[in-house]
Amino acid sequence: MANKNITCTVNGKQRTFAVDVRSSLSDMLRGNAGLDSIKHGCDVGECGACTVLINGKPFNSCIYMAIWAEGKDILTLEGLSDTKGTISDIQQAFIDEGAVQCGFCTPGFIMSSIPIINKDTPSSREEIRKQVAGNLCRCTGYEHIVDAIEKTQKKRIAEKKQN
Amino acid sequence: MYNFNKLYEPTSVEEALRLKKEHPEALLLAGGSDILIKIREGKLAGCDLINIYMLEELRGICLEDDGSILIRPLTSFTDVSMHPVIKGHVPVLGEAVDQIGGPQIRNIGTIGGNICNGVTSADSATTFKTYDAVLELTSMDGIRLLPYAEFNLGPGKVDLRPDEIMTGIRIPKESYENTYGHYIKYAMRRAMDIATLGCSVNVRLSKSKDSIDRLRIAFGVAAPIPIRSTHAEESAQGHALDAALLEAVAEGALADVTPRTSWRASKEFRLQLVKELARRATKAAVEKAGGTING
Amino acid sequence: MNIIGKPLNRVDAYDKVTGKAKYTPDLVSPHALHAKVLHSTIANGWVKEFDLSEAWKVEGVVDIVTCFDVPDIQFPTAGHPWSTEPKHQDIADRKLLNARVRCYADDIAAVVAETEIAAEVAVRKIKVTYEEYTPILSIEDAMKEGATVIHEEKPNNVVVHSSYEIGSFEEAIKEKGLIKVVGDYETPIVTHCHIEPANSFAYMEDGKIVVVSSTQIPHIVRRVCSQALGVGFGTIRIVKPYIGGGFGNKQDALTEPLNAYLTTRVGGRPVRLAYTREETFACTRTRHAMKFHIESYIRPDGSFAARSIEAYSNQGAYASHAHALVANSVNGFRMMYPVGAIKGEAYTVYTNMPTAGAMRAYGIPQIGFALEAHVDDIVAKTGFDSIKIRKQNMMKLGFVDPVTTITCHSTGLEECIDKGEKYLSYTKKRKEYEKQDGPIRRGVGMAIFCYKTGVYPISLETSAVRMLLNQDGSLQVQMGATEIGQGADTVFAMMAAETVGLTMDKIHMVSKQDTDVTPYDTGAYASRQSYVSGLALKKTAETFKKKLLEFAGFMLKCDPWDLDIKENYIVHTNKDERLLSVAEVALESCYSMTNSQHISAEETHHCTDNTYSFGVCFVEVEVDIPMCQVKVLDIINVHDSGTILNHQTARGQVHGGMSMGLGYGLYERHLFDPKTGRMYNDNLLDYKLMTALDTPDLHADFVETYDPTGPYGNKSLGEPPTIPVAPAIRNAVLNATGVAINAIPLHPQRLFGAFTDAGLIK
Repeated sequence: MANKNITCTVNGKQRTFAVDVRSSLSDMLRGNAGLDSIKHGCDVGECGACTVLINGKPFNSCIYMAIWAEGKDILTLEGLSDTKGTISDIQQAFIDEGAVQCGFCTPGFIMSSIPIINKDTPSSREEIRKQVAGNLCRCTGYEHIVDAIEKTQKKRIAEKKQN
Repeated sequence: MYNFNKLYEPTSVEEALRLKKEHPEALLLAGGSDILIKIREGKLAGCDLINIYMLEELRGICLEDDGSILIRPLTSFTDVSMHPVIKGHVPVLGEAVDQIGGPQIRNIGTIGGNICNGVTSADSATTFKTYDAVLELTSMDGIRLLPYAEFNLGPGKVDLRPDEIMTGIRIPKESYENTYGHYIKYAMRRAMDIATLGCSVNVRLSKSKDSIDRLRIAFGVAAPIPIRSTHAEESAQGHALDAALLEAVAEGALADVTPRTSWRASKEFRLQLVKELARRATKAAVEKAGGTING
Repeated sequence: MNIIGKPLNRVDAYDKVTGKAKYTPDLVSPHALHAKVLHSTIANGWVKEFDLSEAWKVEGVVDIVTCFDVPDIQFPTAGHPWSTEPKHQDIADRKLLNARVRCYADDIAAVVAETEIAAEVAVRKIKVTYEEYTPILSIEDAMKEGATVIHEEKPNNVVVHSSYEIGSFEEAIKEKGLIKVVGDYETPIVTHCHIEPANSFAYMEDGKIVVVSSTQIPHIVRRVCSQALGVGFGTIRIVKPYIGGGFGNKQDALTEPLNAYLTTRVGGRPVRLAYTREETFACTRTRHAMKFHIESYIRPDGSFAARSIEAYSNQGAYASHAHALVANSVNGFRMMYPVGAIKGEAYTVYTNMPTAGAMRAYGIPQIGFALEAHVDDIVAKTGFDSIKIRKQNMMKLGFVDPVTTITCHSTGLEECIDKGEKYLSYTKKRKEYEKQDGPIRRGVGMAIFCYKTGVYPISLETSAVRMLLNQDGSLQVQMGATEIGQGADTVFAMMAAETVGLTMDKIHMVSKQDTDVTPYDTGAYASRQSYVSGLALKKTAETFKKKLLEFAGFMLKCDPWDLDIKENYIVHTNKDERLLSVAEVALESCYSMTNSQHISAEETHHCTDNTYSFGVCFVEVEVDIPMCQVKVLDIINVHDSGTILNHQTARGQVHGGMSMGLGYGLYERHLFDPKTGRMYNDNLLDYKLMTALDTPDLHADFVETYDPTGPYGNKSLGEPPTIPVAPAIRNAVLNATGVAINAIPLHPQRLFGAFTDAGLIK
């Protein structure tokens, strides 16, 4: 099958990948870019473990064609830490709140939580739950995940008010 | 890796139409949340695809000069629900598609795909039915305008010809103005689910807000295709806002629906839901319109 | 204790929130071959013939293996410790691929190809000729006279039939004035839904077969692979990296034996066998569906005079864990209320359903539902107080089970009940909600449970741990016990730090198991590791500390008995004065020109004890009758699991278990085509795993007892939280509506039937 060059921004850097046009975005990001945080739990957009942000919005990379990534700005979990390994507040909150158990759904959850924690007004727990409802977790009952997102959102809103 | 055969990548609608004419068997790949899954399952493995997802001209929502709302088919569910024109004029449509899947699915899934799949459970279908939507179906030969009421031919079967692409969905002003709508999706989960039954109602109240001027009601999964209930609508016409209205709508609905038993739910249970959703959606729509159900 | 009990962050959390944690799919060579299994499209019959001609034509196909090619060896798959006594061994009833088809989607052939697509296409092109029999899906049909025999070794399709009797049931029921309550209860087939599907890859190196797998039980899987292939244990090497959940499904050999075989067919090249989500649902293991018939005889004072249970467990196609599950259920029936005469009878029956195996709490969620629903049925019939009758009859401190000899060494159950009651104002609300009308009603419900810790004395309990001192004074801990998401590595690190006297940052858990180097442990199941492996770890830590202090004594020229280790320093016993850092001892011990010693310790603990943990669930629900929906308004689990080793991870375990219990009570069930036995809902859209939006806020609390048999006073916690939730919900719906529903889940379709029968829906 034909290969095609796809140029897009991945975690802040412009990259070009030669991909089989039949590839999903997750195939490209795992296979060509080595971004293993993207997990496959169902391959049909039902579990959310492969969630990445495309132009700031969460998508299931398993059902997103790699060829659609042309010109897009893609963020994966790897893009949340700096080059020294310093992690973001939401990652730290997942650690501190005990929102991580087996860890397989964790990358997807953290990616889905980013649009929520960037909001200017606080979300109810119900709203947070709705915004992560495309990510399934069997370990946590979601309680500590919602806690981590809620706390990080509050923290960010407070920081914005101070500035 | 998706097991398809040929991939055509048009850069304009015109080119897509030409490709569709040349390769009528090729499938249009929009958001892919249906087709890619069927390819993976093997049902469509080895198919040819025309990738239209990148065609920006097929995206967007606007209010036209005559006041009708035009929704381009590749508009995502998220963009439909967030759009000011939808929020301002037909919020029920945004509320309905906001109940599809989860955030990721609402970002990739397209309103056109929801309609063209032809499934009875499509969450946008009932609201489009109640608002007399008109579909713009384009081919190399020109544009065919088809009332959405005539589009669904059977389960998964729609009146879209092999050389056509749906390029727009219009809601006429006379149908949506001064109406208030409510959609209830009944499913086993509150997210990531297919409706067991869907019911969309919109009402226009009399000036004094004490009776129904016009009521529209449609159901998903109550028949092989999404359907309007004309019996319910007729019996509501001019009706006072009272408990009898809700019963009249519920009873009217029963006359039009033909749900079936599947492993997901029985016919009897769906009939119970038809009545209950008709009542509750009607009540909610009346209340949104500023009316009160008395008694 | 300085470290045990603190709510510390997980030791693996950083790697997991950054994507650095490697799971099996992250470790596969990009050059690996891909295997796909051909699953049968009938549920009962024989494969007569294959036509492989079209499949072989697919470009990239390397090998095709059918059920006629695999070794003629039947092997067991259950993740049990092996028994050297033949009569205690697991049932060996399947081959790598089977010509005798025993369930829909049975494994009958496999393709190995250069790409995943080629393997998929080739599998679809294999043509199969079957001899087909009518599928037997129910226990009743399987036990019918003349039913088709599913396994020739069990001519009546009954895998095992067992019974027990405590006292004389027949004598006991002769007592005057007893009130008899009878009930029949039923639980569904559900599945684990770990987010990482079953998958492995296998290759050969140094004449050995290496299988890297998402498993809970690497050492057991090694044994199973060796049995399946007919090679020595030492020929197989299993590597277990991080795993994306298991919940008992991966307490079974799944893809590994076949994959171990496939690599031998292709010259040892790496072969990836990754099940899809659909295969993970339909072709791995399920929770046993069970049916129970319970009869109770209660005295006018509320005490239980006699109880009996008959239990039927649908095993599906292959034995896997087999009768151990329902045996656990009927034992749990006895242990929870161990008063009066009790008799139990249990059947495990082969059918053509998917194979049932281990799943969180191993038969106890099933009996937990039946028994605690039954107690509320007793309450409804007799008018006794629902809490009082439980307190009156439940297990008390010092109880010794007459069958297993498991002793109640500690119990905080009464305090758990009181805490939950107070949290929900249960008694007050229960009275308030008794007489309601209208379409939307509220109700409260509760349920209690007891749960063992590990598998002794039914099976062997053994664990080994190795500790190695690094030259910087940090410690490497190697364990056969596995981290599967539950937080094992974190509490083990805490135990090591606590007992040796180091700080947490000095403990390096070697999370990945490799059976070539990792000490023996049977793995993660039965909520055993913090108890059994914890005892082994404590023993090893004590030995290790002794050796370290001996060397420190040599350096300091003093008696090691006068030394202790506190926060990485050698100190005088009972004094805080720091004499030497552990780092200095470590460096000297390695590089000493006169006395070089590599300080390490390895110990085995053969555990010959067991203990009960306890807990309760209290729940308040709102029932929308016309919509046939139950909404959980408030829910709490209170647990006595002895000492809580880490409050943060413990709460997480409770929440996860409650969520699984909510799914069991309200949402989850597998549905099958009655004609073919095909699973209808083998995907995460149709299998209703709760989303975050469906989940209420979950409350977890503890009553901390100190169990004298646990290494740090701790006892089981991992599985138990899932047990009491479903019956508590069912009892709350009963309180709200007066309708007693004896089957779960309480999904809308079932509620529609029950409410219609009760006249609540017309």
